[in-house]
Amino acid sequence: MSTGAVPRSNAAVTDRNEELIRRYSLAERANHWLGALAYTYLLITGLAFWSPYLYWLAAVVGGGPTARFWHPWLGLVFSVSFLWTSKEWLRDMQIDSSDRAWSKAIGNYIRNEDAKLPPVGRFNYGQKLFFWGIFYSVILLLLSGIALWYTESLPWNLRILRYAAILIHASVALISIGLVLIHVYMSAILEKGSLGSMIHGYVTSAWAWTFHRTWYYEVTGRSRPKQ
Amino acid sequence: MSQASTEIIRISGHAGTVPGEGLNREFQVCKLVDTTTCIGCKACEVACLEWNGYTFSETTFDNSYQTMPETAWNYWNLIKFNEHEREDGSMMLLMRKDQCMHCADPGCLAACPADGAIVQYANGIVDFQEANCIGCGYCMTGCPFNIPKFSPTARKVFKCTLCNDRVSVGLEPACIKACPTGCLHFGTKSEMKELAETRAEQLRTVSGFADAGVYDPPGVGGTHVIYVLHDAKNPELYGGLPKDPHIPMSVRLWKGPLKWLGNLAMVGGLVGLAWHYMRYGPKKEEPIPPDDGRHV
Repeated sequence: MSTGAVPRSNAAVTDRNEELIRRYSLAERANHWLGALAYTYLLITGLAFWSPYLYWLAAVVGGGPTARFWHPWLGLVFSVSFLWTSKEWLRDMQIDSSDRAWSKAIGNYIRNEDAKLPPVGRFNYGQKLFFWGIFYSVILLLLSGIALWYTESLPWNLRILRYAAILIHASVALISIGLVLIHVYMSAILEKGSLGSMIHGYVTSAWAWTFHRTWYYEVTGRSRPKQ
Repeated sequence: MSQASTEIIRISGHAGTVPGEGLNREFQVCKLVDTTTCIGCKACEVACLEWNGYTFSETTFDNSYQTMPETAWNYWNLIKFNEHEREDGSMMLLMRKDQCMHCADPGCLAACPADGAIVQYANGIVDFQEANCIGCGYCMTGCPFNIPKFSPTARKVFKCTLCNDRVSVGLEPACIKACPTGCLHFGTKSEMKELAETRAEQLRTVSGFADAGVYDPPGVGGTHVIYVLHDAKNPELYGGLPKDPHIPMSVRLWKGPLKWLGNLAMVGGLVGLAWHYMRYGPKKEEPIPPDDGRHV
């Protein structure tokens, strides 16, 4: 996945800002939306089981027993989807020394003062934290989820596992909901151009230069300006 | 009709007595299991199957008279056998009829997420409404007695109903009706408690069981099935009857503080994000300065 800047159309491109850079491959995008769909289903059914005030959500997706039947299977779909993501993005998600400087300046990021931030690669420190948060959430949700899926198969002597599973599954699900809320807000609402990149795969050069400058120089082959 | 008329406590423009005057009716029912007079005949097991329409299950032989290791989704009533060697070297064959205890504070009900899948009646019976059950199995985690059991074919959970269908029409539960020794009794909670205490006193003073007592665990608010035990200090001897049963701490945390914390965090998160957008607005790309970089 490294394509240089390509013109948006056959028409002569006069503005370098508008040149498109491929950010996500078709497989990455398809997998992302598969995961998003699975997570949405897990969220709806999970919230239905979470609170009596949200139990009506189960009716929206076919009723309680149906929701109970499919929730674990969609959990597996999400896990497999995220496993593939992890394989593809593991290298880009490694937290390195450049992330330390960025994390210190996170206040600037929150206040949308992106010009004051150190340049970042394909993913910034926040995205890496989100990735690793979901990574460990998937592991914990999968393990506790299997215990909840087959509660009747856990012998009574090992009921401590039932007790642990019920607490872990709910707590970690809540953490993942927090992470996903931030993710959806930032990518679909806050940062213009992000949502499109996960749909058609491209960002503009200006977008890449603004938000992922190191990555921009890498994929375009342009060199950094001399200081 | 006749029952309704006895419950009338005031009548307008009526000279004379009122049928329900001074009515003091106890609604709470209770099953008393006297383990000291149980002979382990399993008539109650058969009666339970027969009344509830289940066929006899395959038995598991593990060097005991016990039919199977624990109750099953279609086997709600099980005599638990334990060959207990006492301190003086003598043997006792302890037999306890295991079934749903119908807790006053039921863990199954506390853990259940499905609206109307578990109900508690005013008479104390805790009943599963399978039509509303979604088969999640949370009740199996909430129960401190290992009673609710999952049916893989129905994908729903089942347990003893205390013969709610019989009790509601004035009959005693099927197991009580079948018991040949009279070790099973059924009545109001206070009557059964009194009978149990009398029997325990008898065991202590006449039969030489100094530790005899009644099992009506306060940790779950008391139960609507109570036991008389020869050794009330060691209920575990009777096929693993818990000494001090409670709704598990993790279920309490999950349904209590975690629920409020989680709900607050989710709503707070949404409000926080909305505030952020209104305060700082969208992140927009900036134009690349003309002198930035050069083609290699």
